Parts: sequence; C-alpha cells; structure tokens
Amino acid sequence: MRLTPSRRRTLWAYAFLAPSLLFFLVIVVAPIVYAFVMSLFDWTLGAAAHRYFVGLRNYADILREPLFLRSLSNTGRFVLLMVPVTLVLSLVLAIALNSASVVARGLYRTVYFVPVVISMVAAAFVWRWLLEPSAGPVNYVLSVFRIKGPGWLKDPNWAIPAVSIVGIWRDIGFYMVIFLSGLQTIPREFYEAAMVDGAGPWQRFWKITIPLLNPTIVLATVMAVISDLQIFTQVWVMTGGGSTVPGGPLHSTRTLVLHIYQAAFRTLAMGYASAGAFVLFAIIFVFTLIQLRILERPFEY
Amino acid sequence: MMRTAYKRLERGYLPVLRPLGVLCLHLLLTAGAVIMILPLLWMLSASFKPLSEILQVPPTWIPKSPTLRNYVTVFQQMAFARYIANSVIVAAVTVVCVLLTSALGGYALSKFQFPGRDFIFIAILSTMMIPFQVRMIPLYVMVYQVGLVNTYAGLILPGAVDAFGIFMMRQYIQSLPNDLIDAARMDGASEPGIFWRIILPLCGPALSALAIFTFMWSWESFIWPLIVTNTEQMLTLPIGLSKFSGRYLTRYDLTMAAATVSIMPVLLVFLILQRRFIEGIALTGIKG
Repeated sequence: MRLTPSRRRTLWAYAFLAPSLLFFLVIVVAPIVYAFVMSLFDWTLGAAAHRYFVGLRNYADILREPLFLRSLSNTGRFVLLMVPVTLVLSLVLAIALNSASVVARGLYRTVYFVPVVISMVAAAFVWRWLLEPSAGPVNYVLSVFRIKGPGWLKDPNWAIPAVSIVGIWRDIGFYMVIFLSGLQTIPREFYEAAMVDGAGPWQRFWKITIPLLNPTIVLATVMAVISDLQIFTQVWVMTGGGSTVPGGPLHSTRTLVLHIYQAAFRTLAMGYASAGAFVLFAIIFVFTLIQLRILERPFEY
Repeated sequence: MMRTAYKRLERGYLPVLRPLGVLCLHLLLTAGAVIMILPLLWMLSASFKPLSEILQVPPTWIPKSPTLRNYVTVFQQMAFARYIANSVIVAAVTVVCVLLTSALGGYALSKFQFPGRDFIFIAILSTMMIPFQVRMIPLYVMVYQVGLVNTYAGLILPGAVDAFGIFMMRQYIQSLPNDLIDAARMDGASEPGIFWRIILPLCGPALSALAIFTFMWSWESFIWPLIVTNTEQMLTLPIGLSKFSGRYLTRYDLTMAAATVSIMPVLLVFLILQRRFIEGIALTGIKG
C-alpha cells in the first residue's frame, strides 16, 4: 500500500515531534501529575515509610503551619525588596546607556553584564565575606563615614537585605539588557517631535519613554517576581554551611523553596512538600495571569 | 534580523546632551560600573592574601605579601577538575538534547499540518508556568526508582527538553519561507534531509541563542544537582564549591581562591563571545 504524500508528511511530522514529546511526557507531564497525586497522600519515605490517602489535608496543614507562613512572608519580603530595587536601577542604567552621547557604550554594557555570568554560588560566598560584620569591607567603608554597619547576615532584621544584595547585583545587567532592547523599539521620531513641541527631558521621559516601554516593564516585573519567588541558592549559600541549617538566623531568611526542600529531602514528607510546591505554583500562576491581562490590553501609539 | 537589532542597540536613540550633562552621565555610569566590579576585584585580591592580611583593618587593596598558597591548598583539598568536568559534561549533553528536541519539535509544529498539532503546542506552552519545584519531588522518586541517582543521566534528564526552547524554535522556523521546503520536496529531497540540510542551517542565530541560554541555565542549576548527587565524584561545580566553602566557612583566603577559580571558565567564555551572549540573553531573556 502506498501512502499519499500528505499522509507521509503527517507521519514525518509525528516522527519529528516524537523525541520532544516522549521526553516531555516523561520528565514534565508525568511528574506534574505524580506531584499532584502525592500531594493528596500522607506520603513519607525513609525508615517510617507510609502512604495514606488524606485528600486535601496536606494543603490544610501547610497553610496553617507557622513555619510555612513565616517562609511565605519572608519570600514576600525578598520579592518586595529585590524586584523594585533591581528594576529601577536597571531601567535608569538602560536609559542612561541609551543616550546618544554615551562614549564607549559597549564597554559599559559589558561591565554591567559581568555579574550576570558569575556563578551564583561564588557570588554568594564573596558577598558573605564582603558583608562580614567585624572585618568585612562593606562595614569598614561604612565606618570610614562614621556609620556603624549592621550585623547583616548575623542580625535577623538585616539578613533579608543582606541576602537580597547578591541577587540585585547579579540581575541588574540582565534587566538592563531587556530594557535596552525595549527602548530600541521606540521610534526616534517621537522624541524629535516632542523636542520640536518644546517638551523637556522630564516630560519626554514620563510622556514617551514610560508609556511606550510599558509592555517591557510589565514583562520584566513579572519575570523578576516569578524568579525571586523561587529564591533558594543564595539563601542556602549565605546562611548555611558547616552544621548550620540554612534559612537563619531564627528562620529570618527561610523561603518557600527552602521550606519545600527541607520537608521533602530532610523530613522525607513527600506529600506535604508536594502540597507546598503547588501553593508556590498557585502564587506564580496568579502573577502569570496578571501579566497576560495587562499585556492583552490593546495599546495605541 | 538580530544583527540590525544589535546595530540599533549600538546607536542609541536619545538626543544629544549638553557637555555638562554628558560629564554627569559618564560620572554616574562609571561610578555604577566600579561598584559592580569592585566585589570581584576584592575577591581576586583576597585570593592572593594570607588569612591574617584579609582580616586586617584597614583592609589593603594590593596584597602586601602576595601568595599562591591559597590556590595550591584549594586544588589539593577540592576536586576542581572533576567538578568542572562534571559540569561541562552535564551542560554539553543538556544543550545537545535541548537543541535537537527543540528544533525538531519546533519544525514539526510550524511547517506541518496534522491532527492534534495546536493542542500539543498549547499543552507544551502551558507547562511553562509550572515551576520546577513542583516536578522536583516526583522526579527524584522516579530517578531513584530507575536507579539513576548519582549518575550523569540522572543529572541531565530533567533538563533534556525545554518547553521554551520548543516555543522559540517554532516561532523562528515559522518565519522561514515555505518555498524553500516545497522546492526541496520537488527536487526529491527526503524529509529528514530537508530538516538537516535546509532548516537547521538557517536556524543558526536562534540555535546559538538557545545554546547559550541552556548552557548558562544548566551550569547554574543548583537545587537538582544538590538533590540527585551524593558522592564527591559526581558533584557539579556549584555544589562542589558550596560544599567546600561551607566546610571552610571562616577561611576567607580559601573561599575567595575557590570562588575565583570557579567563575573563570564562564567569565572567559563570556569575554570572548560577549556580543553573542548579550544578544542571546536579549532574545531568550523574554522567557516568561
């Protein structure tokens, strides 16, 4: 039996799609379904391994657990601190670099981008030392200005800002590049027309740059929120080590992902941890919806 | 397409400022650049100092008694070569898998008509918003059940396909003209031949951007290798560095030397390929 050409092509399409589809089913779809099933069970591994169906009790438990709520509010604090600071600084930089009068623009862009390619673990150790309260360089510089530096990672009130600094430092260059490519899409004629009409730089910024850059700003904000909601590595590196449990001091830097990790791989409560992962997903989902809503709004020049 | 975008990036669009403004602008940019680089210079300088000099107040910029002892100790105490080799193997195989599955999948989803196409595409897209932490626990159980804990396969598997990669390649291949494919079919080219000799060579810019993005993602990944490795020989660079420095927490001389060594590979590649890196990030960074 001979196949028609269009039949043959369809078969080829499935053949081309097969490897990605197979991988996709095994490492994406199956685990997601599996995770949801797990979250409905009291599913514990290790010496006291057991598996009972408990329905939504894991969700009820986790949403009442003080340590989880603490992790939730800590994660919120990280996001509220890191996202605005990172985005404002990178936007200011992008606008400055986009100015026609900048000499050696490529050099600046490279320098600001360097932290993006620095390993997060290495960066976190470097900052852990820079922020060392007694002999660290940051507090030394502050002392030159007669400011008594805080205890940073050793002080529960300062630990979140201290950990945030690494993420901000590493992300500025990344969002700067995103904003720069957004700024390129604004037609130059708009600025020229505004100048002819006598608009000053401040007015041009608020009346042209910000509105026309709005889609990029929304995109960058949601990206930053979603990635900072998953903050883990820098907390692990900057507050752990030796026999210290990461997330300290006094749980002041314990985050959602850290809580999920500890539940799954320290206490081996896989069902409970999966429920925690779905709570994280729900939060991320809300931000994704907000993004779609805002970006869907028709925009007119 | 990207080349012109880059050219526009070079030119800049805002009107020219007056000299005083230009001066202020450059002072601001330079001050910012210095602040960004200072931590790395400090790390470099501390890595050549004995511990006593690192802890000394006021600190010194140029090491007074420079030494290579820290580096020697780090290389003796830490299996750096092994960690780097592991990270390179994992990242390289991940990049090959992701490029191949993304290009093939993207081609099938953009240039063919078949039942279920749009459903498959939307299903793939919608998994993009599910964070890795949801999959991480079952993936560990699955990897454990098939005996792949602490193996390269176990390290690589969860990242071997990327929904964003498929999406990106689909969008890119869709923009390629259909005439090319039709003409090749007329000439009797086989379907795999069309993919391999016509589509793939035209995907250069998208593939290189995806390769850089995937490489960085794999090189930086932390939580999965932390879970799935349990012997010294299988640690990737981030985990090896974190374990080493966690053990020698107050030995700032050693941790700074270890940090310096571990940032070097990617930093050097970046400085050589910086234009491609930044282009790649600008293109793939839009990952939602």
